[in-house]
Amino acid sequence: MTGVARLSAALWRRAWLRAALTLSPPLAWFLVIYLASLVVMLVTAFWTVNPFTNNLQHQLSLTNFAALFDAPIPAIIARTVLIAALVTITDAVIALPFAYFMARVATPRVRNALFVAVLLPLWASYLARVYAWIVILTQDGTLDWTTQHLGLGSPNIAYTNLAMGIVFCYIWLPFMILPIYGAFERIPDSYFEASADLGARNPRTLRSVVLPLVLPGVVAGSIFTFSLTLGDFITPLLIGSGSGTNLIGNVIYDNIGLANNLPFAAALAVVPIVIMIFYLLGARALGAFEAM
Amino acid sequence: MEGRWTRVVLVLWVLGVLLFLFVPIATIVIFAFDRSNVQSWPIRDFTTHWFTVAWDDPAVRSALWLSLKAGVAATVLALALGSAAAFGVHRFRFFGREAVSLFLVLPIALPGIITGLALRSFFTFGGINLSIVTIIIGHTTFCIVVIYNNVIARLRRTSGSLGEASMDLGAHGLQTFRYVTLPTLATALVSGALLAFALSFDEVIVTTFTAGAQTTLPIWIFGAIRLGQQLPEVNVVVTAVLVLTLIPVALATKLTGGGGVTRSTVRS
Repeated sequence: MTGVARLSAALWRRAWLRAALTLSPPLAWFLVIYLASLVVMLVTAFWTVNPFTNNLQHQLSLTNFAALFDAPIPAIIARTVLIAALVTITDAVIALPFAYFMARVATPRVRNALFVAVLLPLWASYLARVYAWIVILTQDGTLDWTTQHLGLGSPNIAYTNLAMGIVFCYIWLPFMILPIYGAFERIPDSYFEASADLGARNPRTLRSVVLPLVLPGVVAGSIFTFSLTLGDFITPLLIGSGSGTNLIGNVIYDNIGLANNLPFAAALAVVPIVIMIFYLLGARALGAFEAM
Repeated sequence: MEGRWTRVVLVLWVLGVLLFLFVPIATIVIFAFDRSNVQSWPIRDFTTHWFTVAWDDPAVRSALWLSLKAGVAATVLALALGSAAAFGVHRFRFFGREAVSLFLVLPIALPGIITGLALRSFFTFGGINLSIVTIIIGHTTFCIVVIYNNVIARLRRTSGSLGEASMDLGAHGLQTFRYVTLPTLATALVSGALLAFALSFDEVIVTTFTAGAQTTLPIWIFGAIRLGQQLPEVNVVVTAVLVLTLIPVALATKLTGGGGVTRSTVRS
């Protein structure tokens, strides 16, 4: 036997050794870098910055968490959650008929084309898609031009909370469509027939059969739309106007850059983490994990 | 089950959503060819002038070069780590096996700002200077799951008897890997790598926290938009990034039939 063959035979007999050899590099990466980073971030949240030297003081204190209750932070958290919720609901309303058409009305060819049409924007450059809306919404942008030529005046919504909402709805929409499409596709045709045989008309079938089966898909999609909105700082910085449109994300960002307060940024980052933990627990109870 | 009018409404709805999805992207591409210095609609003159300007801009060039280097390095690392994780989880039964998939998806399931800030805290704590290395570490961390999803989906669809047959015919482990396992996985690996590269090439949120003075292409774009300067160049660069992210995705979709490309596939 050659050396290589002997080595491979030795490995073949010892399954635990092969398991350890294949799994330890990726797991080590995650433990040593990612998990350790999360832990360090959580610990940093309990530290403070020395106001004179700007150095981190490694003494545990609850100062940063207390500061979360000082104005304007609670209002910023409330605004972020409200926008995330509204964006999620809007995307679900836009996605439901679209996904229904994809899964149950379209011919296979049209369905494939629509699938690609949803996938491409999902992967297309995120910054490009945010920037596109600046060009559209800005004064004398393409939207202004269109509404003026239709005699509707200028909407003037650039740099508002509404503009941020529109951009969020736009960039996260594919994340909502795909799981809902999957949920519609998994409903057997016979369910529709059975419902009709039992005398239900279309609205009743929709309400009592289709919606309950699609709900896990909606919740699965909402995990992405909600979580991504909670943490985004690019859109509020580019489409927002400052204090009136601050979200959790750009306040964290400001504390890394200008304010140079890493501990406070870490404490504020705990807010979306806690919200997402509760959200994920709720989503699991609604069966969303099976629908992803 | 739907009547004629329902169908008409549905078709109109779908067309509306398609317009919503593609009009912004088309707008950006059109503006890249605008001759004017000041953006205004409608466009009066078309030109490819700004493509030359952007290409000759040393800041854009070095940003592009850094993005390419970071993207390739992160893809290679993620390829090794992600496929090792997929092999391990697929082949072996061990304590905590179910948790591995959930764990690997965390960097993209949690908001990017969390991953970014966590890494930043870690580097600050460890006294590690921000550089291209820290950018690559960040990108690798969220790219691993893309490779993992693609490879494990393929492993689950391929029968284990292929490997056993190869062993029965006298091939040792490495030969089996080289002549049986690798060919069945090839398209999954290539499509995973393309997607990981596309993800890395366009990433801005984690990168903001893990880059020091270095400027990747998305960071250059972000800064230029914020300052409102060089917007004709931004139009061009953004269009180029759009195309550069879409080519790998289109290829990956062709290779896997769309299966691994949904980004949200926690358990595919």
